[in-house]
Amino acid sequence: MKFIKYLLVGILFGVVLTKSEAVSWYRIYEMFHFQSFHMFGIIMTAVVVGVIGIQIFKRGKVKNIHGEPIIIADKDKGFTNYFVGGLLFGLGWGLIGTCPGPIFILIGAGFWGVGVILLGSLVGTYLYGLLRNKLPH
Amino acid sequence: MFNIYGTWPWYISGFLIGTVMLLLIFFGKNFGMSSNLRTMCSIMGAGKTSEFFRFDWKAQRWNLTVVLGAMIGGWLAVTFLTDPTKADTVLLNPQTITELHQLNIDEPNGKLLPDALTSADALKDPKILAILLLGGVLVGFGTRYAGGCTSGHAISGLSNLQLPSLIAVIGFFIGGLIMSWLLLPLIF
Repeated sequence: MKFIKYLLVGILFGVVLTKSEAVSWYRIYEMFHFQSFHMFGIIMTAVVVGVIGIQIFKRGKVKNIHGEPIIIADKDKGFTNYFVGGLLFGLGWGLIGTCPGPIFILIGAGFWGVGVILLGSLVGTYLYGLLRNKLPH
Repeated sequence: MFNIYGTWPWYISGFLIGTVMLLLIFFGKNFGMSSNLRTMCSIMGAGKTSEFFRFDWKAQRWNLTVVLGAMIGGWLAVTFLTDPTKADTVLLNPQTITELHQLNIDEPNGKLLPDALTSADALKDPKILAILLLGGVLVGFGTRYAGGCTSGHAISGLSNLQLPSLIAVIGFFIGGLIMSWLLLPLIF
Protein backbone atom coordinates (compact mmCIF):
# COMPACT_ATOMS: atom_id res chain seq x y z
CA MET A 1 0.00 0.00 0.00
CA LYS A 2 2.95 2.33 0.51
CA PHE A 3 3.18 2.60 -3.28
CA ILE A 4 -0.30 4.09 -3.64
CA LYS A 5 0.95 7.60 -2.82
CA TYR A 6 3.51 7.39 -5.63
CA LEU A 7 0.83 6.21 -8.02
CA LEU A 8 -1.41 9.15 -7.07
CA VAL A 9 1.41 11.69 -7.44
CA GLY A 10 2.20 10.15 -10.84
CA ILE A 11 -1.45 10.47 -11.90
CA LEU A 12 -1.48 14.14 -10.86
CA PHE A 13 1.75 14.68 -12.83
CA GLY A 14 0.37 12.95 -15.93
CA VAL A 15 -2.93 14.86 -15.86
CA VAL A 16 -1.26 18.24 -15.33
CA LEU A 17 1.37 17.76 -18.03
CA THR A 18 -1.30 16.66 -20.50
CA LYS A 19 -3.83 19.38 -19.67
CA SER A 20 -1.17 22.10 -19.59
CA GLU A 21 -0.07 20.76 -23.01
CA ALA A 22 3.55 20.57 -21.84
CA VAL A 23 3.47 17.16 -23.56
CA SER A 24 2.55 18.79 -26.87
CA TRP A 25 5.13 18.89 -29.64
CA TYR A 26 3.54 22.17 -30.76
CA ARG A 27 4.02 23.85 -27.38
CA ILE A 28 7.72 22.98 -27.36
CA TYR A 29 8.17 24.41 -30.86
CA GLU A 30 6.27 27.54 -29.80
CA MET A 31 8.48 27.84 -26.70
CA PHE A 32 11.76 27.60 -28.62
CA HIS A 33 10.47 30.26 -31.02
CA PHE A 34 9.44 32.56 -28.15
CA GLN A 35 5.93 32.78 -29.62
CA SER A 36 4.10 32.18 -26.36
CA PHE A 37 4.68 32.78 -22.66
CA HIS A 38 2.81 29.57 -21.75
CA MET A 39 5.71 27.10 -21.30
CA PHE A 40 7.98 29.71 -19.70
CA GLY A 41 5.18 30.58 -17.28
CA ILE A 42 4.75 26.90 -16.33
CA ILE A 43 8.46 26.35 -15.66
CA MET A 44 8.90 29.63 -13.81
CA THR A 45 5.83 29.09 -11.61
CA ALA A 46 6.96 25.54 -10.78
CA VAL A 47 10.42 26.82 -9.83
CA VAL A 48 9.05 29.66 -7.68
CA VAL A 49 6.77 27.21 -5.84
CA GLY A 50 9.74 24.83 -5.55
CA VAL A 51 12.16 27.45 -4.19
CA ILE A 52 9.68 28.55 -1.52
CA GLY A 53 8.81 24.96 -0.55
CA ILE A 54 12.42 23.82 -0.38
CA GLN A 55 13.40 26.83 1.75
CA ILE A 56 10.63 25.92 4.20
CA PHE A 57 11.83 22.29 4.20
CA LYS A 58 15.48 23.27 4.67
CA ARG A 59 14.79 25.49 7.66
CA GLY A 60 13.73 22.31 9.41
CA LYS A 61 10.17 23.46 10.01
CA VAL A 62 8.75 20.46 8.19
CA LYS A 63 9.86 16.85 8.63
CA ASN A 64 9.36 14.30 5.90
CA ILE A 65 6.73 11.56 6.01
CA HIS A 66 9.10 9.35 8.05
CA GLY A 67 9.57 12.13 10.63
CA GLU A 68 13.15 12.82 9.51
CA PRO A 69 14.62 16.23 8.66
CA ILE A 70 14.60 16.90 4.93
CA ILE A 71 18.08 16.97 3.39
CA ILE A 72 18.54 17.46 -0.34
CA ALA A 73 21.95 16.51 -1.71
CA ASP A 74 23.75 19.13 -3.79
CA LYS A 75 24.57 18.22 -7.40
CA ASP A 76 28.19 17.30 -8.05
CA LYS A 77 30.31 20.17 -9.32
CA GLY A 78 31.19 20.17 -12.98
CA PHE A 79 30.62 21.83 -16.31
CA THR A 80 31.25 19.64 -19.37
CA ASN A 81 28.82 16.86 -18.57
CA TYR A 82 26.04 19.31 -17.64
CA PHE A 83 26.56 21.57 -20.61
CA VAL A 84 27.24 19.00 -23.35
CA GLY A 85 24.68 16.54 -22.01
CA GLY A 86 22.17 19.38 -21.75
CA LEU A 87 22.93 20.49 -25.30
CA LEU A 88 22.39 16.96 -26.69
CA PHE A 89 19.15 16.59 -24.76
CA GLY A 90 18.04 20.03 -26.03
CA LEU A 91 18.63 18.94 -29.64
CA GLY A 92 16.40 15.92 -29.06
CA TRP A 93 13.79 17.94 -27.17
CA GLY A 94 13.59 20.49 -30.00
CA LEU A 95 13.28 17.71 -32.59
CA ILE A 96 10.65 15.41 -31.12
CA GLY A 97 9.20 17.75 -28.48
CA THR A 98 9.25 15.23 -25.65
CA CYS A 99 11.36 15.11 -22.52
CA PRO A 100 11.38 11.82 -20.56
CA GLY A 101 8.21 12.44 -18.47
CA PRO A 102 6.01 13.20 -21.50
CA ILE A 103 7.37 10.12 -23.35
CA PHE A 104 5.65 7.92 -20.76
CA ILE A 105 2.60 10.16 -20.42
CA LEU A 106 1.95 10.23 -24.18
CA ILE A 107 2.22 6.45 -24.46
CA GLY A 108 -0.32 6.20 -21.62
CA ALA A 109 -2.53 8.65 -23.49
CA GLY A 110 -2.54 6.27 -26.47
CA PHE A 111 0.09 7.78 -28.79
CA TRP A 112 1.70 4.46 -29.69
CA GLY A 113 4.15 6.07 -32.12
CA VAL A 114 5.90 7.59 -29.11
CA GLY A 115 6.99 4.01 -28.34
CA VAL A 116 9.63 4.52 -31.06
CA ILE A 117 10.92 7.53 -29.12
CA LEU A 118 10.99 5.45 -25.90
CA LEU A 119 12.98 2.76 -27.70
CA GLY A 120 15.44 5.40 -28.91
CA SER A 121 15.77 6.91 -25.43
CA LEU A 122 16.55 3.49 -23.92
CA VAL A 123 19.20 2.95 -26.62
CA GLY A 124 20.62 6.42 -25.86
CA THR A 125 20.74 5.71 -22.13
CA TYR A 126 22.46 2.38 -22.79
CA LEU A 127 25.01 4.03 -25.13
CA TYR A 128 25.85 6.51 -22.37
CA GLY A 129 26.43 3.62 -19.97
CA LEU A 130 28.83 2.02 -22.46
CA LEU A 131 30.75 5.21 -23.25
CA ARG A 132 30.66 6.78 -19.79
CA ASN A 133 34.30 6.13 -18.87
CA LYS A 134 35.53 7.61 -22.16
CA LEU A 135 33.52 10.85 -21.91
CA PRO A 136 34.78 14.05 -20.26
CA HIS A 137 32.76 14.91 -17.17
CA MET B 1 -12.19 31.56 -16.75
CA PHE B 2 -10.60 28.24 -15.87
CA ASN B 3 -12.23 25.48 -17.88
CA ILE B 4 -11.05 22.03 -16.84
CA TYR B 5 -11.67 20.67 -20.38
CA GLY B 6 -9.52 23.30 -22.05
CA THR B 7 -5.84 24.19 -21.85
CA TRP B 8 -4.95 24.63 -18.18
CA PRO B 9 -3.38 28.05 -17.59
CA TRP B 10 0.35 28.23 -16.89
CA TYR B 11 -0.01 29.45 -13.29
CA ILE B 12 -2.25 26.51 -12.27
CA SER B 13 -0.10 23.99 -14.18
CA GLY B 14 3.19 25.38 -12.84
CA PHE B 15 1.85 25.43 -9.29
CA LEU B 16 0.77 21.79 -9.51
CA ILE B 17 4.09 20.66 -11.04
CA GLY B 18 5.96 22.41 -8.22
CA THR B 19 3.63 20.63 -5.80
CA VAL B 20 4.41 17.23 -7.38
CA MET B 21 8.12 17.82 -6.77
CA LEU B 22 7.57 18.97 -3.16
CA LEU B 23 5.34 15.96 -2.43
CA LEU B 24 8.05 13.56 -3.65
CA ILE B 25 10.63 15.33 -1.46
CA PHE B 26 8.18 15.11 1.45
CA PHE B 27 7.94 11.36 0.81
CA GLY B 28 11.74 11.20 1.17
CA LYS B 29 12.35 10.83 -2.59
CA ASN B 30 13.15 13.18 -5.45
CA PHE B 31 11.55 14.32 -8.70
CA GLY B 32 13.41 12.94 -11.73
CA MET B 33 11.95 11.16 -14.72
CA SER B 34 14.98 10.31 -16.86
CA SER B 35 16.56 8.06 -14.20
CA ASN B 36 13.70 5.63 -14.92
CA LEU B 37 15.27 5.02 -18.33
CA ARG B 38 18.45 3.84 -16.58
CA THR B 39 16.38 1.62 -14.28
CA MET B 40 14.62 0.07 -17.30
CA CYS B 41 17.97 -0.64 -18.96
CA SER B 42 19.08 -2.40 -15.77
CA ILE B 43 15.91 -4.49 -15.64
CA MET B 44 16.54 -5.57 -19.24
CA GLY B 45 20.03 -6.78 -18.35
CA ALA B 46 22.26 -3.86 -19.41
CA GLY B 47 24.36 -4.55 -16.29
CA LYS B 48 25.96 -7.47 -18.13
CA THR B 49 27.84 -5.10 -20.43
CA SER B 50 28.18 -1.91 -18.38
CA GLU B 51 28.79 -1.37 -14.67
CA PHE B 52 26.70 1.84 -14.93
CA PHE B 53 23.61 -0.37 -14.89
CA ARG B 54 24.73 -2.55 -11.99
CA PHE B 55 22.73 -1.14 -9.11
CA ASP B 56 19.81 -2.23 -7.01
CA TRP B 57 17.00 -1.26 -9.38
CA LYS B 58 14.42 -2.53 -6.91
CA ALA B 59 15.16 0.56 -4.81
CA GLN B 60 13.74 2.54 -7.75
CA ARG B 61 10.37 0.78 -7.82
CA TRP B 62 8.73 3.83 -6.25
CA ASN B 63 9.81 5.91 -9.28
CA LEU B 64 8.54 3.31 -11.74
CA THR B 65 5.24 3.57 -9.85
CA VAL B 66 5.25 7.33 -10.48
CA VAL B 67 5.77 6.52 -14.18
CA LEU B 68 2.83 4.11 -14.16
CA GLY B 69 0.71 6.80 -12.50
CA ALA B 70 1.83 9.39 -15.08
CA MET B 71 0.74 7.05 -17.89
CA ILE B 72 -2.65 6.57 -16.22
CA GLY B 73 -2.85 10.35 -15.74
CA GLY B 74 -2.21 10.92 -19.46
CA TRP B 75 -4.98 8.47 -20.31
CA LEU B 76 -7.41 10.05 -17.81
CA ALA B 77 -6.67 13.52 -19.18
CA VAL B 78 -7.36 12.68 -22.82
CA THR B 79 -10.30 10.37 -22.03
CA PHE B 80 -12.27 12.29 -19.40
CA LEU B 81 -10.83 15.81 -19.24
CA THR B 82 -10.70 16.71 -22.92
CA ASP B 83 -13.89 17.69 -24.72
CA PRO B 84 -13.68 19.84 -27.84
CA THR B 85 -17.38 20.70 -27.54
CA LYS B 86 -16.77 22.35 -24.16
CA ALA B 87 -13.43 24.07 -24.61
CA ASP B 88 -10.68 24.71 -27.14
CA THR B 89 -7.27 23.14 -26.70
CA VAL B 90 -3.81 23.74 -28.16
CA LEU B 91 -4.49 27.23 -29.44
CA LEU B 92 -1.13 28.32 -30.75
CA ASN B 93 0.22 31.67 -31.76
CA PRO B 94 -1.01 32.09 -35.41
CA GLN B 95 2.60 32.88 -36.36
CA THR B 96 3.60 29.40 -35.14
CA ILE B 97 0.95 27.76 -37.33
CA THR B 98 2.10 29.72 -40.40
CA GLU B 99 5.71 28.67 -39.83
CA LEU B 100 4.74 25.03 -39.32
CA HIS B 101 2.70 25.13 -42.51
CA GLN B 102 5.87 26.07 -44.38
CA LEU B 103 7.54 22.98 -42.90
CA ASN B 104 4.58 20.84 -44.06
CA ILE B 105 3.59 20.12 -40.48
CA ASP B 106 -0.17 19.97 -39.93
CA GLU B 107 -1.76 22.46 -37.54
CA PRO B 108 -2.90 21.11 -34.17
CA ASN B 109 -6.73 21.54 -34.28
CA GLY B 110 -6.73 20.29 -30.69
CA LYS B 111 -4.15 17.53 -31.27
CA LEU B 112 -1.11 17.21 -28.99
CA LEU B 113 1.22 15.76 -31.63
CA PRO B 114 1.45 16.43 -35.38
CA ASP B 115 0.16 13.69 -37.69
CA ALA B 116 3.37 14.32 -39.62
CA LEU B 117 5.23 12.62 -36.74
CA THR B 118 3.07 9.98 -35.10
CA SER B 119 0.06 9.14 -37.30
CA ALA B 120 -0.19 5.54 -38.56
CA ASP B 121 0.86 6.73 -42.03
CA ALA B 122 3.84 8.69 -40.74
CA LEU B 123 5.05 5.60 -38.85
CA LYS B 124 5.35 3.74 -42.17
CA ASP B 125 7.84 6.31 -43.43
CA PRO B 126 11.46 5.26 -42.72
CA LYS B 127 12.51 8.92 -42.52
CA ILE B 128 9.96 9.65 -39.76
CA LEU B 129 10.95 6.49 -37.87
CA ALA B 130 14.59 7.59 -38.08
CA ILE B 131 13.67 11.06 -36.73
CA LEU B 132 11.77 9.58 -33.78
CA LEU B 133 14.60 7.15 -33.00
CA LEU B 134 17.31 9.79 -33.32
CA GLY B 135 15.36 12.21 -31.14
CA GLY B 136 14.91 9.47 -28.55
CA VAL B 137 18.62 8.59 -28.58
CA LEU B 138 19.54 12.27 -28.06
CA VAL B 139 17.06 12.55 -25.17
CA GLY B 140 18.26 9.33 -23.51
CA PHE B 141 21.98 9.95 -23.99
CA GLY B 142 21.84 13.68 -23.22
CA THR B 143 19.78 13.40 -20.04
CA ARG B 144 22.02 10.69 -18.59
CA TYR B 145 25.20 12.59 -19.52
CA ALA B 146 23.75 15.73 -17.93
CA GLY B 147 22.42 13.70 -14.99
CA GLY B 148 18.82 14.86 -15.37
CA CYS B 149 16.11 16.28 -17.58
CA THR B 150 13.47 18.96 -17.27
CA SER B 151 12.18 17.49 -13.99
CA GLY B 152 15.55 16.76 -12.38
CA HIS B 153 17.42 19.91 -13.44
CA ALA B 154 14.98 22.59 -14.62
CA ILE B 155 12.41 22.05 -11.85
CA SER B 156 14.20 20.26 -8.96
CA GLY B 157 17.72 21.60 -9.46
CA LEU B 158 16.77 25.23 -10.06
CA SER B 159 14.35 25.09 -7.10
CA ASN B 160 17.31 24.05 -4.95
CA LEU B 161 19.44 26.84 -6.47
CA GLN B 162 21.98 24.44 -7.98
CA LEU B 163 24.55 25.96 -10.36
CA PRO B 164 25.10 22.66 -12.26
CA SER B 165 21.38 22.57 -13.00
CA LEU B 166 21.49 26.10 -14.36
CA ILE B 167 24.38 25.07 -16.65
CA ALA B 168 22.35 22.07 -17.82
CA VAL B 169 19.22 24.16 -18.43
CA ILE B 170 21.24 26.68 -20.47
CA GLY B 171 22.50 23.66 -22.46
CA PHE B 172 18.89 22.43 -22.95
CA PHE B 173 17.89 25.79 -24.39
CA ILE B 174 20.91 26.25 -26.64
CA GLY B 175 20.36 22.73 -28.03
CA GLY B 176 16.63 23.35 -28.45
CA LEU B 177 17.17 26.68 -30.20
CA ILE B 178 19.75 25.18 -32.60
CA MET B 179 17.35 22.37 -33.46
CA SER B 180 14.20 24.45 -33.71
CA TRP B 181 15.65 27.36 -35.70
CA LEU B 182 18.45 25.84 -37.78
CA LEU B 183 18.01 22.08 -38.12
CA LEU B 184 14.23 21.52 -38.19
CA PRO B 185 13.82 23.44 -41.49
CA LEU B 186 16.55 21.22 -43.01
CA ILE B 187 15.01 17.99 -41.67
CA PHE B 188 11.37 18.66 -42.65
